[in-house]
Amino acid sequence: MIHPEIIVRVTDIAVVAESIKQFTFERVDGGSMPVFAPGAHIVVSMDDQGKLRRNPYSLMSSPSDSTSYQISVLRVVESRGGSAFMHEHVDVGDTMTISHPIDLFPLHATAKRHVLIAGGIGITPFLPMMEVLNESGQVFELHYSMRSRRRGAFLSELERRYGSRVSAEVDDEGGRLDTRKLLIDQPLGTHIYVCAPLPMIDLVFGVARELGWAEENLHREVFLAPPAGTPFYTNLAKSGTTVYVAEHQSLLESIEAAGIDVPYLCRGGACGQCETTVIDFDGQLMHHDIFLTDDENVSGTKIMPCVSRFVGASLTVEL
Amino acid sequence: MAIKSRPVYAGFNVDITAQQHVLALEGQGADALLEKLAGGHPMLERAEILYVATGSDHDAALRALGAANYWLAPTAEALRDRLSEILAHATMCTRLYVAGTEGFIGSIVQLAADFGIANASIIKEFRGSQQRRVQCVHCKGFNDNVTISPFQCVHCDLHLFVRDHFSVRLNAFQGVCINAETPDIIPPSVEMYR
Repeated sequence: MIHPEIIVRVTDIAVVAESIKQFTFERVDGGSMPVFAPGAHIVVSMDDQGKLRRNPYSLMSSPSDSTSYQISVLRVVESRGGSAFMHEHVDVGDTMTISHPIDLFPLHATAKRHVLIAGGIGITPFLPMMEVLNESGQVFELHYSMRSRRRGAFLSELERRYGSRVSAEVDDEGGRLDTRKLLIDQPLGTHIYVCAPLPMIDLVFGVARELGWAEENLHREVFLAPPAGTPFYTNLAKSGTTVYVAEHQSLLESIEAAGIDVPYLCRGGACGQCETTVIDFDGQLMHHDIFLTDDENVSGTKIMPCVSRFVGASLTVEL
Repeated sequence: MAIKSRPVYAGFNVDITAQQHVLALEGQGADALLEKLAGGHPMLERAEILYVATGSDHDAALRALGAANYWLAPTAEALRDRLSEILAHATMCTRLYVAGTEGFIGSIVQLAADFGIANASIIKEFRGSQQRRVQCVHCKGFNDNVTISPFQCVHCDLHLFVRDHFSVRLNAFQGVCINAETPDIIPPSVEMYR
């Protein structure tokens, strides 16, 4: 099995902000949770009336607590079903399946200073990060952008715990993160970490690059939702079968539904783990990931099945 | 045969986005900059050039570039001290460049690491002698500018064979005693690295 899983019970559900619920998981077998590093996420499997959904969520609980994991889920208005399922169909006492922790957003030990930038629900990985940075006496600051204070989960607790190291930019109070001002005077050895919607990541990285920041000091976490699109068929050359990808399904999900294991980590177009070779196609590959380079996209030899789609007559991949 | 562990230096390319350019040049490393910027470059208005001659003579040519700051360092050690001062007050909008021999480049990489600058974000160009910096694995002393193998360690007098393995952490190749079992036989030295 390429994706070891843990069976857990939902032991607590709390509303932590408008449209945001926090879930606590404990192992059904009573054992300890695997140790995780701040920034790690888990993939939660959901059985939605026979339909398997798998969504990645950052771990937000304390890395020193091995009795449980916590995640927070924003109810997305245009949900494909995952966040709606978590909000409406998961109850305390339910049994669920989660993956082992996966860390694609680690803290960098060589940093002299850590600047954490959160947009909305992107606050979650920074909770364990700040705890570890604080305990080890490292220098950090958090900039937390949100639509309104009602949507700002954990803000008051973070302000109480970390004081002036936390600043909030609240949209409906006219607040806005001045990225240029923030980045222009940061001392050498500063690393920035952004967990936010993609446009905000692009904005922060864009300003940093304009100012001459080194790529090695820019870090981001984003889980793109697989976009809906016209249904299409895909031939799996090695498996000798053909799968149908429905409008609201991803290619990865349709392959998994056919009982074929595909390596993945983020399921959101960022990590590159599910990169698949395209053998032949007659049509257009619709790349939605942020992993492949422009050159690779144009070459038409690779696809990220977690988020990317296809339009045209036929597509054959090496799976 | 290429030595896998030996760093590959991509060569000078000006990062036009940087707000400040800091350049550490040793000996013929000055040519890396002079060749790149023949005819001038806007980056010079924001450039701080530190140069140690070590036998070469680029002082006049570098001075003529008209950089915002230029300093001819008397020794590599003095250059590194000045560089530390500059980096201590620098921002993330700074780009560091280094050109010269392998030992010099490595010494700047090590110094920069103390300021949290990643090795990969330093722009480097190799110029000059292929001579090696070698650590004696027995006494742990460093031998600079080694051109022959075996050679005698300046610290412990053992005759060392120079292994083709480079340690980025130590910024050195490794020298191992070539005649530990037969101390009365000293193999002849051969010039290996010019």
